[in-house]
Amino acid sequence: MAKLSTGAEIVFKCLEDQNVEFIFGYPGGAVLPIYDELKNHSSIKHILVRHEQGAGHAAEGYARSSGKPGVVLVTSGPGATNVVTALTDAYMDSIPLVCISGQVPTHLIGTDAFQECDTTGITRPCTKHNWLVKDIKDLSKIIHEAFEVATTGRPGPVLVDIPKDIQFQKAAYTKPKKEKKLNGKHHKRFNQKDIDELIKLMSKANKPIFYTGGGVINSGPKASMLLRELVQATGFPITSTLQGLGSFPGDDNSFLGMLGMHGTYEANNAMHDCDLMINIGARFDDRITGKIDEFSPKSKKVHIDIDPSSINKNVKVDLPIVGDVQDVISSTIKTIKKTKPNFANSNKQKISKWWETIQKWREKKSLDYVNSTETIKPQYAVQRLYELTKNKDTYITTEVGQHQMWAAQHYKFDKPNRWMTSGGLGTMGYGLPAAVGVQIAHPKKLVIDIAGEASVLMTMQEMSTAVQYNLPIKIFILNNEYMGMVRQWQELLHDKNYSESYTAALPDFVKLAEAYGCVGIRATNPSELDDKIIEMLNTDRPVIFDCLVDKQENCFPMIPSGKPHNQMLLGPKDQEQNKITGKGKTLV
Amino acid sequence: MSRSAYSTPGKKGKFDKHIIVVWVDNEAGVLARVVGLFSGRGYNIESLAVAEVDAKLNISRITIVTTGTPQVIEQIKLQLKKLVPVHKVADFKREDKNVIFKEMALFKLVGNISKRNKALKACKKYNAVLLDKTSKSYVVQVTALRREIDTMSKNLKKLGLVSISRTGAVAMTRGAEVFK
Repeated sequence: MAKLSTGAEIVFKCLEDQNVEFIFGYPGGAVLPIYDELKNHSSIKHILVRHEQGAGHAAEGYARSSGKPGVVLVTSGPGATNVVTALTDAYMDSIPLVCISGQVPTHLIGTDAFQECDTTGITRPCTKHNWLVKDIKDLSKIIHEAFEVATTGRPGPVLVDIPKDIQFQKAAYTKPKKEKKLNGKHHKRFNQKDIDELIKLMSKANKPIFYTGGGVINSGPKASMLLRELVQATGFPITSTLQGLGSFPGDDNSFLGMLGMHGTYEANNAMHDCDLMINIGARFDDRITGKIDEFSPKSKKVHIDIDPSSINKNVKVDLPIVGDVQDVISSTIKTIKKTKPNFANSNKQKISKWWETIQKWREKKSLDYVNSTETIKPQYAVQRLYELTKNKDTYITTEVGQHQMWAAQHYKFDKPNRWMTSGGLGTMGYGLPAAVGVQIAHPKKLVIDIAGEASVLMTMQEMSTAVQYNLPIKIFILNNEYMGMVRQWQELLHDKNYSESYTAALPDFVKLAEAYGCVGIRATNPSELDDKIIEMLNTDRPVIFDCLVDKQENCFPMIPSGKPHNQMLLGPKDQEQNKITGKGKTLV
Repeated sequence: MSRSAYSTPGKKGKFDKHIIVVWVDNEAGVLARVVGLFSGRGYNIESLAVAEVDAKLNISRITIVTTGTPQVIEQIKLQLKKLVPVHKVADFKREDKNVIFKEMALFKLVGNISKRNKALKACKKYNAVLLDKTSKSYVVQVTALRREIDTMSKNLKKLGLVSISRTGAVAMTRGAEVFK
């Protein structure tokens, strides 16, 4: 007879066989048997967070920077409900997470027992799938399947809810089976005909553009390498969504910068005027398209995506290609090499006019701002941070708001998996715990959370985690004392009625840093900024950097609602001539 | 005028009525996953019928009557196919002549015998079966289309109809073909 293991042992055997090195979690009554078993499994290190939301975001940071699934362990009731925000965040941004939650013993389920909640019910809409384990015999199979579902197809979070009595019961452990059919949901349906059709469209196009997204990153580092090859082989311009930054070098001449609501003038105009749009691993999000009815009216649209339900969801496309980005690009390059080895050169003439137009848009220098010698402009702070860290293979996380957009605009990435930001859900408080997870995955690398003072206070308690595990993360706060993006919208849309967007009683971040046992640094004017940043970089401990920036600065350019996509609101000078009025107010 | 961070709705397409048939693993929570997908994404459910159809393979068949633009119907199918316990999804237009649709209803009729018999006669063309009979009442089973049952339940009011219980529609293709 096979050796029997307890449920708690089976959990760890599964994690070992899935090559899990780190778990982010927080103990509690309903997971104590699993925590008791932790000591017997030295290859798995548990990172104790200070709040379960922090565990979720840390696991997301770990997953996004390493390409491996993040693992979370929480208790029943409040432990599970606290992790819901992070699960939803991971669901929106397609991040593979496996969350294991404790549950009250099976005989108490449904009795409103202490710390009971309907965890699978609550997390059903924010996971790819979830399981309530009712029979110990199913446990190993379910956990292995959970990893399978989280990491295949379009990645995402899953949850396994394990009642406490199941953790004590015994059963034989079963190893993961390589399933032929990957939970039946893995689609690789494109064929050579699709690729030929794509190349036909490419060779006909006069004004083509690549519009790339997080799918390129999720497809693995090889996809990013292939994307560079594809851009070189075609000579087409390329723009990226917020999530796709890093899949193509930010300082390359073919790169038009980020597109969308706060994207560059040249990227958005090119999207509007193009005659061929090739979407690679992006999803026509509403922050990208603006008003759907007027979105890129003259273009043929190609959509490459691993998730069939992404296609035709928001924008109707002419050529859908369902498949993994890496496979599709690889086939495309192979076919180009075989049938049109000289594609880029022969095409150069044809699209040279297009590049001239783009060059004209570029001359607008839409990311420019009016710098100051008195106060630190937030854009200047990000630019200096970039210049001083660009040779260090830096990992950047962000919170959500103006600082996030300035980071996306002014920090240039040249590798995938270096940029971790909450795009879909827009979760304030994401960046600090995410930085914890990134630093766990890359202990020797420089990890910086570009933060706002309002966001960072939402998960500030995780500084304690960073101190406990000696994680030298840098929290670079662009402190303007306002919820900046809220204030910006109130200024532009609500007649400067700054309702509740000013934080009157902020903590002293330097003292707060000291209270946590890390280092606090403050920069108050532009002349000292570089020195202070260098001081931060030379500190081999966690740092909270309080960068006092201009309180009134707004984030431009911006798609001014109600106007067509190709009429952007540029910096302060341009703004005078393009006041947002009437109907436009609804669209920001 | 509402001031929001989102765009205003675009033009709405024409709504069609569709019957979506979903084959799922018969496991705890599966119906909640399917129904939750509809409510969460704002899709409409007009009627729903669900039961196990294969005890050995543990498969249930869910029949959902819904309305939506062609784009929405397409999304419903694709989103359903993403659910882990879903095996296959079929979609029929309500007008499809190649598909049989049926609903069942139970009518409780209370009143004098002549009224009740009049009611029973009116039910005749809908495969009426008299399931229960007392000196004061009948329980009658009919199988028909949705709108026919709608009409019947309106017409039988004056003939002593006091209670109605009805199922959602179930569907099957005509001929020897089976949906794969």
